[in-house]
Amino acid sequence: MALVKDINCRAAVRLIGDYLEGRLSRRDRRRLERHLASCDACSAYLEQMRATIALTGQVGPEDLSEQALEDLMDVFDRFRREGDAGEEGA
Amino acid sequence: MDDEELLRRFLGGDRDAFRTLVQRYQTVLIQIARYYVNSTATAEDVAQDTWIAVLKGAERFEGRASFKTWLFRIVANRARSTGTREKRQIPVDPTDPVAGDRFNVEGMWKEAPTSFADLLADAQANAELAHAVRRAIADLPELQRSVVTLRDVEGLSTSEVASLLDLSEANARVVLHRGRAHIRETVERVAKGDR
Repeated sequence: MALVKDINCRAAVRLIGDYLEGRLSRRDRRRLERHLASCDACSAYLEQMRATIALTGQVGPEDLSEQALEDLMDVFDRFRREGDAGEEGA
Repeated sequence: MDDEELLRRFLGGDRDAFRTLVQRYQTVLIQIARYYVNSTATAEDVAQDTWIAVLKGAERFEGRASFKTWLFRIVANRARSTGTREKRQIPVDPTDPVAGDRFNVEGMWKEAPTSFADLLADAQANAELAHAVRRAIADLPELQRSVVTLRDVEGLSTSEVASLLDLSEANARVVLHRGRAHIRETVERVAKGDR
């Protein structure tokens, strides 16, 4: 087995972003996973990041203001009326 | 009801289906457009024009991508052609996602990160957390907010996000991780009871 150089916590944390996206090189992934196996603090950090991503996914998009929604509904209604008028005229 | 069914219904004249899609996507459309144009008012116009193009059949959904990816591409293309904004300089150097003073001189944590497990198990804390996360997203710099929203809220792939925002995939990942790290800090403050 090739020698895997140990990394410190600061270096491990730098790798975690690409690790979460599945974009680490094999070498870096092995270095990180080896570090995580013996470091509770970095494992906790990784769990924090996973929880953060999950929480962000649960939040959903910002609410649209009632006025903005009504403006778009007016566009829809206008479009439908014009479409109907066009069909009647045809 | 899924997006494709809602699209089919609203093209058939169903007002409620249109309302649902607008509620689901209008703020994201504005956010994508805002990335390319100079003002929120222009971004709102581009988003509105996107719906009109869909209504008129000028843009047809052929099911090659998901509805939302298709819709986001339309708004990005329209905003790009409207956009007057100068090309942004995207910093490519990954900054440390965690403040340097949390590590000692050997690069080890001075104090281990707080577990979120208790917080996540507590429904009341969860409501507070949802509010804090929403606020943290809103407070992100614009590019980070767009990337995090598209990747983690809307669930697009990093490559789709990069393509919508004219970024390289590597840059999109750097920006994504910065945004996520900011939100993590907010959650950690809530976890520590430091609001």
